[in-house]
Amino acid sequence: MYYLAVLRVLFGVNLLNELQYRVNFAVQLVQSAISLGTALLGLAVIFSHTRTLGGWSPEELVVLLGIYSIMAGFMGAVIGPSLSRLMQDVRDGTLDFTLTKPVASQFLVSFRQIVIWRLADVLLGGALVFGGTVRLGERIGVLQAASFAVTLVAAAVIVYSFRLVLATLTFWIIRVENIMVIWSSLFEAGRYPVGLYPEWLRMVLTLVVPVAFATTVPAEALAGRLNPTVLAAALALAALSLGIASAFWRYGLRHYTGASA
Amino acid sequence: MRDLIRLYGAMLQASLGVQVQYRVALVIWLLGLVIQPVVYLVVWSAVAGQGAVGGYTRGDFAAYYLTMMVVNHLTFTWIMWEYDYLIRQGQLSAMLLKPANPVHRLAADNIAYKLLTSVVVLPMAVLLGLYFRPTLSLTLERVALFLAAIAGAWVLRWLLEYTLALAAFWTTRVTALNELYYGLFWFMAGQVAPNALLPPGVQLAAELLPFRYTVGFPVELVLGRLQGAQIAQGFAVQLIWLAIAFASYHLLWRAGLRRYSAVGG
Repeated sequence: MYYLAVLRVLFGVNLLNELQYRVNFAVQLVQSAISLGTALLGLAVIFSHTRTLGGWSPEELVVLLGIYSIMAGFMGAVIGPSLSRLMQDVRDGTLDFTLTKPVASQFLVSFRQIVIWRLADVLLGGALVFGGTVRLGERIGVLQAASFAVTLVAAAVIVYSFRLVLATLTFWIIRVENIMVIWSSLFEAGRYPVGLYPEWLRMVLTLVVPVAFATTVPAEALAGRLNPTVLAAALALAALSLGIASAFWRYGLRHYTGASA
Repeated sequence: MRDLIRLYGAMLQASLGVQVQYRVALVIWLLGLVIQPVVYLVVWSAVAGQGAVGGYTRGDFAAYYLTMMVVNHLTFTWIMWEYDYLIRQGQLSAMLLKPANPVHRLAADNIAYKLLTSVVVLPMAVLLGLYFRPTLSLTLERVALFLAAIAGAWVLRWLLEYTLALAAFWTTRVTALNELYYGLFWFMAGQVAPNALLPPGVQLAAELLPFRYTVGFPVELVLGRLQGAQIAQGFAVQLIWLAIAFASYHLLWRAGLRRYSAVGG
């Protein structure tokens, strides 16, 4: 409850801050619309030459694209900016101020900086998921919707944990931004179902960098063709990765010696 | 001309020295450049199956996208982001004090980066080729034309994106403009699909607009997808756009410089 209240305050502060730059919202909306529009046109080109892609229908790929956009928006709005600030703070030694606050440090460094306008991607992505689902029609039942919601949350947790682990490396490596690029590059592959990729790449996208869990698994859940074992695996992985990320964060924090103080 | 060559020689040396220090970072940044062609190679291979789409078989798609990966690597620039940064941070001021136009220094950085990273990109293309098995038959004539087309493509893309980057003199919100440019680029340059697979209207637009002549045209050329007349036409359009881009660069650079008032130090 306490943390929810803190989260609300953080959101409010960031909102007030960004309301000063309202034009940015229009700019961001235009930008998101262009990027999703071109992605949709790309799908149209592909499906003008085929009816299914690796067993996926056009509607299902629209849903996948929507999920990709939701994840990208969530990461770009909350996790990305907050973790960037963490790296900056460690370099400048200003992390001291964060650590003295009466809130768990991991919570604060993960949710502190919110770029509200990037949530436009979440909105537009949600619209795509909705539109694709309506076109898919009666195949979507309560069970599919529920497992979609569960896998989407699990996806967010897994991706967050992965990025937190990378960001925690900042206690040892100074230029950790370059390592963060690994995620943003490989995430591109999440626009298409991982089943399409050759074995070695699928392994990398599932076991090394969790792109498969970020987009393919929730889309499969909504389309009603998710294997129950994959659902269980996604949940177990979410719990496990969050545990590992937290433990690693605490371990990393012990290596922090303020640069300024 | 002699002076210009000496200038570039010196700047390349300096730039190489700086960039070699960040070699691990350079390799990581290459990931993004490699992943996109691989994604579309895989997608179109799935579409083609055992047959052919628009005259492309699996092996043809492999040849197309692996060549595109190399060409795109050779011609790409990051100038639109760098310029925005240079102007907002006021760092352009220091560059303006030097006797040479900043465009030379920035171009030398780009070339130095390509020289360094080609050591990784070319073996990577070969390695991926061993896996994806492209069908490729080269003739000496086509390779020579290919190299000429790449040179034109690099200069054209450089001038085009440099000119767009100059928009940072007038607005601090260049990101939306960049997004629009890359959206068009992605479609027209041949990244989402080879030109022959695009809808007819888009194909025509792609042949008239400059984007295709920075990546897609050299690739189609070396793969033997173009006939004699199409090749001549392609070079002609590339040259026309080079002239247009050069003229707009000159105009905008002068106008922008007059508008520029340094921010910060």
